[in-house]
Amino acid sequence: MLSFLRPVDTSRVSWRGIQSSFPAYARSPARALVTLGAAFGLLLPAPCVASAQTPLSYLSAQGERAYPINSLLWALLGISIAVIIISIVFVLLGTLRGNALPGNALPGRLMVESPRRGIGWIVVGVGTSTAVLFGAAVWTVVTLAAVSSPPGGHADLYLEVTGHQWWWEVLYKDPSPSLTFKTANEIHIPAGRTVSVALRTADVIHSFWVPSLTGKTDLIPGQINQTWFSASSSGVYRGQCTEYCGRQHAHMAFEVFADDTAAFKAWRDHALQLVPAPVSAEAAADVDAFVRKCGACHAVGGTRAGGILGPDLSHLMSRRTIAAGALPNSIGHLSAWIADPQHVKPGAYMPRLDVTGPELTRIRRFLLTLQ
Amino acid sequence: MTVTSYERIPEIVAADHDSAIARRLEALWQTKPGIVGWFSTVDHKRIGIRYIMTALLFLLAGGIEALILRLQLAQPELRLLTPEQYDQLFTMHGITMILWYAFPVLTGFSVYLQPILLGTRDMAFPRLNAFTYWIFLSSGILLYASFALGAAPNAGWFNYTPYSSLAFNPGMNIDFYALANILLGISTTLGSINFVVTILRERAPGMSINRLPIMSWGTLTTSVGLLFAMPSVTLAFFFLWMDRQFGSHIFHSAGGSQPLLWQHLFWIWGHPWVYAIVLPAISMISQILPVNCRRPLVGYTAVALATVLTMVLGFGVWLHHMFATGLSTLALSFFGAVSILIVIPSAVSFFAWIATIWTGRPVLNTSFLFCAGFIVVFVIGGVSGFMTGAVPVDWQLTDTYFVVAHIHYVLIGWNLFAVVAGIYHWFPKMTGRLLDERLGVWNFWLMFIGFNVGFFPMHISGLLGMPRRVYTYPPAMGWDSLNLITTIGSYLFALGVALLLVNVAISRRRGRIAGRNPWDADSLEWATPSPPAAYNFVVIPVIASRWPLWEARLQMGSQLSSLDRGLVLDHGKEVLASSSVDAEPEVILKMPEDSILPLACAIAVTVVFVAALLHVWWLAGIATLVVALLALVWLWPRDRLAQTAGMHP
Repeated sequence: MLSFLRPVDTSRVSWRGIQSSFPAYARSPARALVTLGAAFGLLLPAPCVASAQTPLSYLSAQGERAYPINSLLWALLGISIAVIIISIVFVLLGTLRGNALPGNALPGRLMVESPRRGIGWIVVGVGTSTAVLFGAAVWTVVTLAAVSSPPGGHADLYLEVTGHQWWWEVLYKDPSPSLTFKTANEIHIPAGRTVSVALRTADVIHSFWVPSLTGKTDLIPGQINQTWFSASSSGVYRGQCTEYCGRQHAHMAFEVFADDTAAFKAWRDHALQLVPAPVSAEAAADVDAFVRKCGACHAVGGTRAGGILGPDLSHLMSRRTIAAGALPNSIGHLSAWIADPQHVKPGAYMPRLDVTGPELTRIRRFLLTLQ
Repeated sequence: MTVTSYERIPEIVAADHDSAIARRLEALWQTKPGIVGWFSTVDHKRIGIRYIMTALLFLLAGGIEALILRLQLAQPELRLLTPEQYDQLFTMHGITMILWYAFPVLTGFSVYLQPILLGTRDMAFPRLNAFTYWIFLSSGILLYASFALGAAPNAGWFNYTPYSSLAFNPGMNIDFYALANILLGISTTLGSINFVVTILRERAPGMSINRLPIMSWGTLTTSVGLLFAMPSVTLAFFFLWMDRQFGSHIFHSAGGSQPLLWQHLFWIWGHPWVYAIVLPAISMISQILPVNCRRPLVGYTAVALATVLTMVLGFGVWLHHMFATGLSTLALSFFGAVSILIVIPSAVSFFAWIATIWTGRPVLNTSFLFCAGFIVVFVIGGVSGFMTGAVPVDWQLTDTYFVVAHIHYVLIGWNLFAVVAGIYHWFPKMTGRLLDERLGVWNFWLMFIGFNVGFFPMHISGLLGMPRRVYTYPPAMGWDSLNLITTIGSYLFALGVALLLVNVAISRRRGRIAGRNPWDADSLEWATPSPPAAYNFVVIPVIASRWPLWEARLQMGSQLSSLDRGLVLDHGKEVLASSSVDAEPEVILKMPEDSILPLACAIAVTVVFVAALLHVWWLAGIATLVVALLALVWLWPRDRLAQTAGMHP
C-alpha cells in the first residue's frame, strides 16, 4: 500500500522513457535527426539526471497526454541541437579555413570581393530551413489536435482545482453531495484513467503544471480553464505553480498520487470519513484549542472548524508535505510551521499566532489524530 | 510649379573641411560652449552618445541587480534576500534591461549614425530629438526613484493583472512602473516618428531606397513597427493606472471585464517590441560584418525584405506568450504555426552572414569576433525560440528556466553582442581613437565564455523543471550544480563587460589615432573626419551605389558617387529633403538652432507625471498648462521654413 509513496526515481525513468518512446517515431523520416538529437540531448543533462532526482523534469513522459508531446519535444530538441552544431561548424570553418586576415591587417586599401557571389547559400539554406520548419509546424498542429481533449471526449474522474496564494484547493466532484469532498495540495487519481480538471482561482493568476503528466494551464480570474491528464503507472508526480503569483510563488507545489483503482477507492472512502467525536475530555480540549486558534481559516470535517481561507486539514496526517510542498510532513516541521509560518514562507497569509507552548501541544496532538 | 522667391538652386562645388564653406558651416552648426550650450544642443551626435552612455548606465544597474539575484540563487534555500526584495530586484532587472537599456542603446547608435549614413546633417526634427532623449532620461530617473521609497515595481516586467491591481499590490510600486512606462512610451513614439521621417526624407541625392545602408533598414522597420505597437502598451498601462487610482475596473473580472485583456494588450506590443530591440542590432551586424569580411553583404535585397517581413509577422505571434491561458485549439494552431514560420526570415539573415564570411576574407579583429560570436548565440537563441513556437511543447517549456535561457540568448546574444561589436566598430568614428585590440580579444572571450557558461545551463535547469521567478528552490530537484555554474558564469560575464568599460576608459585618452576610415569601410560615415565635424558633410554628397566608398574597386558600373563635390547648403542651418523612393532633391529644410526648450518642456512633462504619481492634482494641472505654453513657443510658426531645391543633378 505504501510502496507508491516512494519518490519516483526519475533518473532511471527518464532513460527508460526515452528509449520506450523511440518506436513512436522510429519509422518517421526524421529518424536520423531525432536519433542524433536524442544522443546529444542525453549528453547534455546526463550528469544531472544521473546524479540526482529530478521530480519536475519533463524530459520523460508518464501519461497518455504527455507521450506525444514528449516525442515532439525530443524531435525539436534534436533538430535544434543539430542546427546549433551545423551553425558553429559553418562559422568556425568559414573563419578558420585559411583565408582570414589578422586583426591588425588594417588600415590599408584592401581588396574587396564582388557582391555577386554567395547567393546560393541563401537559396539552399533558406530552402532547407523552410522545409524543416514546415514539417515542424505540421507536426505541432497534429500533436496539438491529438492532445487537446481526452480520448473519447470524456474523463473517468472530474476534479476542480482552485489556486490560492499560495496553495492548491482540490475538490472531488460527484453527483451525490455525500461523495463530494475537499483536500489540499495533493491530488489522488486512479492510474490509467483519464482525469479532467476544471481550473479556477481565488485571487491572482496561477498555472497548473505536472511535468510528467501534462503541460501548463493557467488559472485566471473570471474564467474556468480545463485540462486533462492520465498517469500510465502508479507513482508520485510533482506539480508546481508556474505563473508568478507573488511573494511565495516559489513555494506553491503539489503532488499527484497515481494508484491502482482499488487503492484509489480506498483512499477516497477514507477521505470521506469525518473526525470521530473526541473520546476523552483531554481530546475534546485539544479539538477546542484547534477550533479556537485555527478554525477561522481551516476546516476539518466533523469539527466546528469550518474556515475556507486556508487549506482543508481533514486527514492532514495522510499527506506527505505541508505548506504546499514547502516542508515534509513531520512532527517537527509541523510544530515549526504552526509556531512561525512567516519564517518558512515569508509573506504567506497564515499569520504568526503567538500560540503558547501548551496550546501548540494541544493543536499538534489534535492534528496528529487526523490520519 | 511656379518659380517663387523660395526657390533656390544650390551650387555644386568641391570643398573639403579646410575650405571657407567648412568654416562658415562650423560657425553655423557648432554647439555653444558652456553649460547652457550643453543643455540646449540639438546635435544628433552629442545626443546619440548621451543615449548610448545613459543606456549603458542602465545596463550596469540592471546587471548589478542580476548579480545580486544570482547570489541568492547560487544555492538552494538561501536567505540572502527576502521574497519581497527578490521580487523587486527581478522585476527591476527585467524592466531595466528590456525597456531602459536594450532599445535606447540602439536608438543611441541610430541617432548618432543614421544622419551620417544617409549623407545629411541632422535628424529631421533636431529639437524633438533632444526632447526625446530628455524624456527617456527622466522616465528612467522616475523609475529608479521607486528604489529610494523601497517601492520598486514587483509584479514582473510583464506586470500581469490582477496581481498588479490595487487589491493585491497596494503600494506605489506599480504606479511607478505604469507612469514611467507611459513617459518612456512618449519618448519612443516621438523618436520613431523622427527616424521614419529622417530615413524617408533626408537621404543624399541618388541614395534611392534600394541603396539604403542595410542598418537603416533595421531602424526604419523598427520605427514603423513601433508606431503601430506603442499605443497598445501605453493604453494598457494608462488603463491599469486608472484602475488603480479611480477603480475604473477595466481589467477587473468582478467588474465584468477580463484580466486576460491585459495580456493581449501587453503582448500585442510586447512581441513587436522584442523585434524592435533586436532588428536594429541584427542590421548592425549586417552592416559591420561585410566590412570585416572585405566584401559587400550577400543578398542585400533578401536581408532587407526579411527584416521587414520579420516585423510584419511579429504582429501575428503575440499569442505565443499566452499558449497556456486556455485559448481555442484553432487559435493555438494558427499562432503556433506563425511562431515557427517566423524563423524563415531570420534564416535569410543567418545564411547571408555565413555566405559573407565564406566568400569574403574575414579580418580577425575584435568587432569581427563579436560578429562571429553573435551568429553562434543568434542560432542558439533562435532554435530555443523555435521550440517554444510548438504549442504543446511550449506548455512544458513556458515559465521554466528554458525560457529564461531563451530570452537571455535573445537579449544579450542578439542585442548586447551586436552593441559591443558596434562599439568596437564605431568608437573610432565617435572619438577619433581606436579601442585597444588586445584588451578587445580578452573582452570578447571573457564575455563569450562567461555568457555561455552562465546561460547555457539554464536550458538544462529548465528542461529539468525549474520554474521562473522563484526567489529560492528546494534541494534535491537536480538544479543545484546547474545554478551554481550559472552564477559563476554570470560573474565571468560581468567581468567581461567591466573589461569593455576599462578599454573604453583607457582608449578614450590613449587609443591609437583612428583617422577617417580605419576599417576601410564602405558607408558614408567613414567619409567624414573622426569624430565628424558638427555639420557632418561640407557638401551634400551625391550617391551612385550601395557602397559609396568601395564602388571604384568593385567596378559595378560607370557612374561613381561624388563625395567631395556636392551641394552647398550654407544659407543658415540647412539640410536637403529628398523624395522617399528615388531620393530626388526636393526641398531645402531650414533646421532649428540649439534651444533650451526641449529640456524645459521635458521637465514640465515630467512634473505632470510626478504630480500624478503623488496625487498632487493642482500641480499636474499647472504643469500641463506649462507644457502647452512651452509647446506653443516651440512650435510658433516662423518665416522661411522651407525652400524648394530647384535642381535635378
